Amino acid sequence: MGIDVHHITKRFGDFVALDDVSLSIPTGQLTALLGPSGGGKSTLLRIIAGLEEPDSGTVTIEGVDATALPPQRRNVGFVFQHYAAFKHLSVYRNVAFGLEIRKRPKDEIRTRVMELLELVHLEQFADRYPAQLSGGQRQRMALARALAVEPSVMLLDEPFGALDAQVRRELRDWLRRLHDEVHVTTVFVTHDQEEALEVSDEIVVINQGAVEQTGTPSALYDQPANEFVMRFLGPVTHLGGHLVRPHDIDISLTPEPATHAATVSRIQRVGFEVRVEARTADTTDADEVSIQLTRGLADRLDLAVGQQLWLRASHDASALDLTDTPALAVS
Amino acid sequence: MTRSSAATVAPGRRHRTRWIRPAPGVGRLGRGGALGLGLATLWLSLLVLIPLAAVVLKSFSHGAGNFWSAVTAPDALAALRLTVETSLLVSLVDVVMGTLVAWVLVRDEFVGKRILEVVIDLPFALPTIVAGLVLLALYGPQSPLHVNLAQSRAAVFLALLFVTLPFVVRTVEPVLIELDHDMEEAAASLGASRFVVFRRIVLPNLAPAIAAGTALSFARAISEYGATVLLSGNIPLKTQVASVQIAGQIESDNTAGAAAVATVLLVTALLVMIALTLLQRWARRRG
Repeated sequence: MGIDVHHITKRFGDFVALDDVSLSIPTGQLTALLGPSGGGKSTLLRIIAGLEEPDSGTVTIEGVDATALPPQRRNVGFVFQHYAAFKHLSVYRNVAFGLEIRKRPKDEIRTRVMELLELVHLEQFADRYPAQLSGGQRQRMALARALAVEPSVMLLDEPFGALDAQVRRELRDWLRRLHDEVHVTTVFVTHDQEEALEVSDEIVVINQGAVEQTGTPSALYDQPANEFVMRFLGPVTHLGGHLVRPHDIDISLTPEPATHAATVSRIQRVGFEVRVEARTADTTDADEVSIQLTRGLADRLDLAVGQQLWLRASHDASALDLTDTPALAVS
Repeated sequence: MTRSSAATVAPGRRHRTRWIRPAPGVGRLGRGGALGLGLATLWLSLLVLIPLAAVVLKSFSHGAGNFWSAVTAPDALAALRLTVETSLLVSLVDVVMGTLVAWVLVRDEFVGKRILEVVIDLPFALPTIVAGLVLLALYGPQSPLHVNLAQSRAAVFLALLFVTLPFVVRTVEPVLIELDHDMEEAAASLGASRFVVFRRIVLPNLAPAIAAGTALSFARAISEYGATVLLSGNIPLKTQVASVQIAGQIESDNTAGAAAVATVLLVTALLVMIALTLLQRWARRRG
């Protein structure tokens, strides 16, 4: 159930947007399609919605084969990056659109629309036009409009991509709370790993038209399947032939077994954290080890440039051995 | 901006506040702005307002009674009726065909699209008397198609269709290009059929452009002279249009009579412009 995508391939001319992608999205969850721009995630979302036709493969929504269905008959709510507000209609009429064309009784429409406007905190803006709303308000209106027809799945294409950082963060938290209230199967596309890690129940990492890994945010962060996923989900650094997160490095001021000797080359304070760059015997200037510390720890260690340190990956760190993972093309 | 206006809203459920806010800087004309406004007013006055006022004054120069008899003279009345009726009909056809042609030009890819783009503008670029000549050669007594429309009202209709073709096409085209395609996809995913999407999403957004193009079409149609004169044969009471009738009055030294008919044309044009503006607003509100 939920959404099942089987062996979807989609080409635009010579460009392969999706290459034999299969995927299962569980009912009632908030799933993120995460990946770099041009990786195929938006195309996949549009294929699920019926706005794009796959060259081959099938799409099943809640047990119904939707591959041949037009978007009108998929019962899918779609939210666009640039809101796609009906400019000539008031907020009320925008939200009512799906119900009006279904010829529902006026009273029923009114009740439902006001209920939804309340849900998205726009009840006092019912008579305004989209042009009189801020970006965040327009996107909330678009969400209410999509929810109005009680879709079996909600698809959001970079829903916060056009908003500034502050509003983005607010809407992200709000979307999470909304989903906890409404429980409709939701898939959203993002290229922002923080957004995906923070909001979703499950993340699908898509790159170059293929699924790299699927899992919960912590599973992906802690057990990345490959170098691409590890690099895409957060900062990484090299230590002794391994790929490690900068906050997963233990520092010792005295030599210990299985550590790498290093010299501090730079210390930078950024708010509550301290970033240390160090050079080990086997690294070159351009390829220093980055270490991320809390301020408290940095103060206790009393680090200084030129100081000798001994480094090793924490015992519970997610580390990838670069010598036995096949090299991935990461741009 | 949103914040300050939100503060003034009563928390009523369906208040009827209209949000009219002057654009920033309106009401505060700088020195450059004042100069610009002055120049624009002077320019418009010299070119448009003063000559028009002169025509209206001239038409009443022998009193309202003479104005009335000049306008209701059988040949004047017939010319005015033919001109206004045919122009309205032509504008109506332009609305449909102009929108259709614009749609095809913007949304479809086909061989020869660029050539068609140029052809659309030909009636606009061609001297209208040349257009008249072409129509006479094609649909005149020696028609190679064996369609003889000479000296008929259909000739007037055809000539006006020819010269007004580009207006709706050219006003609708840029709006259609700029139209947010996401809106149509959003409507489709909400369950709207292609027809409903066109009728409830595309058309309301094109309406202002269609109205503007129609106004231009109509204005051009009621003032056309050259294209109609050859094929229609210019028969008073039958195929003579108002502008030709005016020219005839001037030639027979009845300037006041000519001005009277001209004033009626002027008022008609004004009324149609106002009607289209109102229609446009109404369409916007209804969606």
